[in-house]
Amino acid sequence: MSRFGSLPRRLVHVAIVLLGITLVTFFLLRLIPGDPALAILGSSYTHARAQAIDSGLGLNRPIWSQYGLFMNHLFHGSLGFSYFYHESATRVILNHIPPTLFLIAYSAVLAALISLPIGFFAGLRRGRAVDQFSRVFFTLSFAMPAFWLGIIFILIFSVHLPVFPISGFGSGLIGHLYYLFLPALTIALSFSTVLVRSLRTSTITTLRAEFVDTAQMKGIAWSQVLRRHVFRNAVLAVVAVYGVNLAYLISGTVLVENVFSLPGLGTLLVNSVTDRDYPVVQGVTLVFAVLIVTINLLTDVVQAALDPRVGQEIGT
Amino acid sequence: MSAGWVASPSELLMKAATRASARRRSTVRRRLTLIAGLAMLFLAIAAITLAPILVSQPPNTIDALNTLAPPLTPGHLLGTDQFGRDVLSRILYGGRIDLAIAFGATIVTLVGGTFIGLVAGYLGGRWDSVLMRLVDLFFAFPFLVLVIAIIAMLGPSIFNMFVAIWITSWVAYARIQRAQTVVAKRQQYVLAARALGYGHLRVMFRHILPNTASAVIVFSMVDAIGNIILAASLGFLGLGAQPPSPEWGTMIADGQNYILSAWWLATIPGLAIVFVGIAFSLIGDGLADLLRPGDR
Amino acid sequence: MTTPLLTVRDLRSYLATDQGVVRAVDGVSFTVGEAEIIGIVGESGSGKSVTCRTIVGLMPAGMTHISGEVIYHPHGDRNLLTARQSELQALRGSQLAMIFQDPMTALNPVVNVGDQVIEAVQAHAKLSGGEARSRAVSLLRRVGIPAPDQRMRDYPFQFSGGMLQRALIAIALASSPRLLLADEPTTSLDVIIQDQILSLLLDLQQDTGMSMILVSHDLAVISEVCDRILVMYAGQVVEEGPAADVITTPRHPYTRALLDAVPQGEQRGQLRSITGSPPSLIDVPGGCRFAPRCRLATQECLSWETELIEISGPGRLARCLRHDEVERSPQWQASDSA
Repeated sequence: MSRFGSLPRRLVHVAIVLLGITLVTFFLLRLIPGDPALAILGSSYTHARAQAIDSGLGLNRPIWSQYGLFMNHLFHGSLGFSYFYHESATRVILNHIPPTLFLIAYSAVLAALISLPIGFFAGLRRGRAVDQFSRVFFTLSFAMPAFWLGIIFILIFSVHLPVFPISGFGSGLIGHLYYLFLPALTIALSFSTVLVRSLRTSTITTLRAEFVDTAQMKGIAWSQVLRRHVFRNAVLAVVAVYGVNLAYLISGTVLVENVFSLPGLGTLLVNSVTDRDYPVVQGVTLVFAVLIVTINLLTDVVQAALDPRVGQEIGT
Repeated sequence: MSAGWVASPSELLMKAATRASARRRSTVRRRLTLIAGLAMLFLAIAAITLAPILVSQPPNTIDALNTLAPPLTPGHLLGTDQFGRDVLSRILYGGRIDLAIAFGATIVTLVGGTFIGLVAGYLGGRWDSVLMRLVDLFFAFPFLVLVIAIIAMLGPSIFNMFVAIWITSWVAYARIQRAQTVVAKRQQYVLAARALGYGHLRVMFRHILPNTASAVIVFSMVDAIGNIILAASLGFLGLGAQPPSPEWGTMIADGQNYILSAWWLATIPGLAIVFVGIAFSLIGDGLADLLRPGDR
Repeated sequence: MTTPLLTVRDLRSYLATDQGVVRAVDGVSFTVGEAEIIGIVGESGSGKSVTCRTIVGLMPAGMTHISGEVIYHPHGDRNLLTARQSELQALRGSQLAMIFQDPMTALNPVVNVGDQVIEAVQAHAKLSGGEARSRAVSLLRRVGIPAPDQRMRDYPFQFSGGMLQRALIAIALASSPRLLLADEPTTSLDVIIQDQILSLLLDLQQDTGMSMILVSHDLAVISEVCDRILVMYAGQVVEEGPAADVITTPRHPYTRALLDAVPQGEQRGQLRSITGSPPSLIDVPGGCRFAPRCRLATQECLSWETELIEISGPGRLARCLRHDEVERSPQWQASDSA
């Protein structure tokens, strides 16, 4: 109530963005130069089939009516019909969601586990070994494309030193954790560069703050000063960066799923593009966008919980 | 955190002076990062432009007798692929595509996005709100997914890669420049310029822009790396350059199939990307230091 | 002269920066007695803040080089400058406390005020949660914060500047220190609140019998409260003595100029500021550092390697060759101080 006073306004804002997302996704399909039915059917084009597609997508109606049809389907939980899988796109997409969600969560956790300690210590021991080393390490990993890094990991840890499996999702929680370790690590490393840099800067700035002096002068242990005062404040800046870069994280899953042959949304997206299964492409894009909006909302909530000043702000 | 205590005043001055000159030396070292980055980039561009002189074979020549030769085979410094095509040659020619994207896509989005952000931030009001809504909308989509979706519709090709990036990337620049402009237009120098009767266009482009451009310029270095990786990623997924075009990403994708027998096919193009990526990274760091000193 | 509590001897604090060595504190000596209030006055850059921070060990370790002695007499004459971290930690809060200039930034913005006071209370005492809390409440009440048990749950941004400064004082006093260092405690507050805070500090000092080092650039503030005054300029002490004495009979031209610069209530006419600006602390000029701005300066002053001259006893010093020529300031009479 007092801390999340802006929440209702936030939700309205989110609703508007979601509406915009449906518009963009809808118009994506209209980008196809030429006849969509021809593009979809390719060599199996017959007039009858084309007609079926046209009426299914409502392509012979005025544009607003098409959008209405699209939204109508959406509210009934339907994302269209997959021409490749010959079943509801919604079902196809739902089947592919679990590996992706697991991978995203796993990468997010790994990224935090890696970058928070390193970023904090790099800031504390500025200019010393930890700092220099992490700087070099992360500059290098930033320049590495995630998919290439994944291949290198496979080369080292699956081919030469058979520690981890090359591909697949595994079964059961432990299985998932094992199979997805390398892919999650790949994404986490690309993501960590920004986090480490951000926390490092934030830590350096926070160390100069006067409340750190006040805390020291109470006569409490330096470790307590670090924990309750320095870290607690330095990490605030990183939460925002974390949220913003989640979009990067998700892009990473698309590539990494491909490299490690994981049956997730990313693989589905790429395959649908080559299979010209447009409704699925559209549906997956929509799902990804909704995921991001959800994550952003969560980030805001976390920020408000950690920083009482943010909870007080009216509006954005 | 007790500071260094020393026994006598004269020793004190000496120790402090030593430390001070050590600090001065590290400032110089930071200028070096910018120079190093520029040198690396120059080297890459030179190698790629001079490709016809440096390698004797064109990138697509098939040599059925010499397939999957490892690096340091005579005549093939970096080995050959499954069709006997020389890897070094493919790297140099393939680099043209990736660097073209790094420059071509980045510059257009830099200029376009900055312009829109500048105008929207300056005008404020309705234009600003519209821009911010657009920004929110674009950022709601994972970047790669949006690009893939656009390419899906337009058809995979190098040109469509450019188009997809142009459509999606300008937003980041617009957001940064808009934020800078909104702060800048309240500054003294802008108020003074307006009071002197300078027109809006002049104030925007000759006063605000030069003073705020550092943010977008530093970001463009990061974006350049991103665009190279994006181009390679699309190539990897088969959505960018199409075979037989030698592009670093497609080469890695091809190489992945031979990972057990010919590790160099997938590894070396990646190293090329890393090399160029580090170059841009160093330039970006160096520029950031130069334009905003004291942010160590 | 009361029992000495803290003795500072030839304290020097040099900072290594990109531009060279900054001699922020360049040979400062003084003694603080029990239940004594010392005032250190000087303009920005005179070294008064750095002196305090060096005494309690808050200077940034990487760039600061220190020499001299800071002897804390109770518990065996310990030199704070060579003390181990654990020793310093034991002394901070329980013996030495410090409050800072800007209360808005001196408190952790994301922890509520009550918890921050409780943290101070529990630093040197083993109390249960409930005991610590009630001690915190009574501390806040003592410093004049109304409805303390409700306000404990509020965050710093919900307090006004004056209230925050009171909370900081409560934190400083939590473990009953014997020496309080106050670095410009009233500078960022408005005049009415300034008075309240100063009265509070005086009140507390009389209650607890603690000693205080009060640092300010505002001579009016110092003269109200302090027993002895130290005037600092360019990293050195230029005058020292009992407050009333220094104010009515300054013995250094800089002190005289500071007195002149304070606008008095009845006065009309120009504000008299001191011409020129303080010297760079990096390439410190030889001779008297105030000479370039001094009305009484002579050639001799420019080459004199300065030292503090005793004027009328060990407690009365001035770093000036022509100290007996410094006139009394007309408006500062004995009846004006305190």
